[in-house]
Amino acid sequence: MDITAAPLDAAAVTAAVARASDGAIATFVGIVRNENAGRQVLWLDYEAYAPLAIRAFERIAEEAASHWPGARLAIHHRTGRVDIGEASVVIAAASPHRADAFAACRYAIERLKQIAPIWKHEHFAGGDVWIEGATADAADDTARAAALERACV
Amino acid sequence: MRVTIRLFARLRELAGASELDRDVPDGSTALDVWNGLAEEFPPLAGYTKAISVAVNEEYARLTASVRDGDDIAFLPPVSGGSGAGERTK
Repeated sequence: MDITAAPLDAAAVTAAVARASDGAIATFVGIVRNENAGRQVLWLDYEAYAPLAIRAFERIAEEAASHWPGARLAIHHRTGRVDIGEASVVIAAASPHRADAFAACRYAIERLKQIAPIWKHEHFAGGDVWIEGATADAADDTARAAALERACV
Repeated sequence: MRVTIRLFARLRELAGASELDRDVPDGSTALDVWNGLAEEFPPLAGYTKAISVAVNEEYARLTASVRDGDDIAFLPPVSGGSGAGERTK
């Protein structure tokens, strides 16, 4: 688990979870897009409360392991300025079986968006805006169930 | 008693500070600390129904009592990952 201002290395995150007993690793790379809500995005600035974010990542990994036994997660999120096309987040989910690896990976990104104390400040052509999504509540079982449902479609 | 308050993202910008030390009455809850802050920095008041709180680097309830020396972080709605943040509530 990592919060870093340095560029993310998806191969390194993937290698970090690999074990001989794994049959699959699903790796998700979230990248910065050049458009959002009709605005031309120039770059994003990410801010994190790092110690709490690491704990949130560990919590997500524990939740995933409880849903998909044997599944393990590595989550790295970048902070500071991230340019178009660069990775803001990398999640690797390893499991003995591919279905569980895919599901755990999807669960992790949905859950990260709900409870990780990370904020994006969008700089677009003509201005800037803080993007505000979910009120983080790690104990909210409804949100957790919604993430689980999205992971299992 | 004295507590350390941390603010992030838009809350940090509205208050013009990322870290503040403040004296609060004994028996205060995290919400009391927030309300005191919103009096000091009125633009924060609009966030009262949207914030989360962490005490000593753990998520906590706004109704939780705080203690002398606690580190209290107020968090606006989060938006990590990639793509637009999704509202879940």
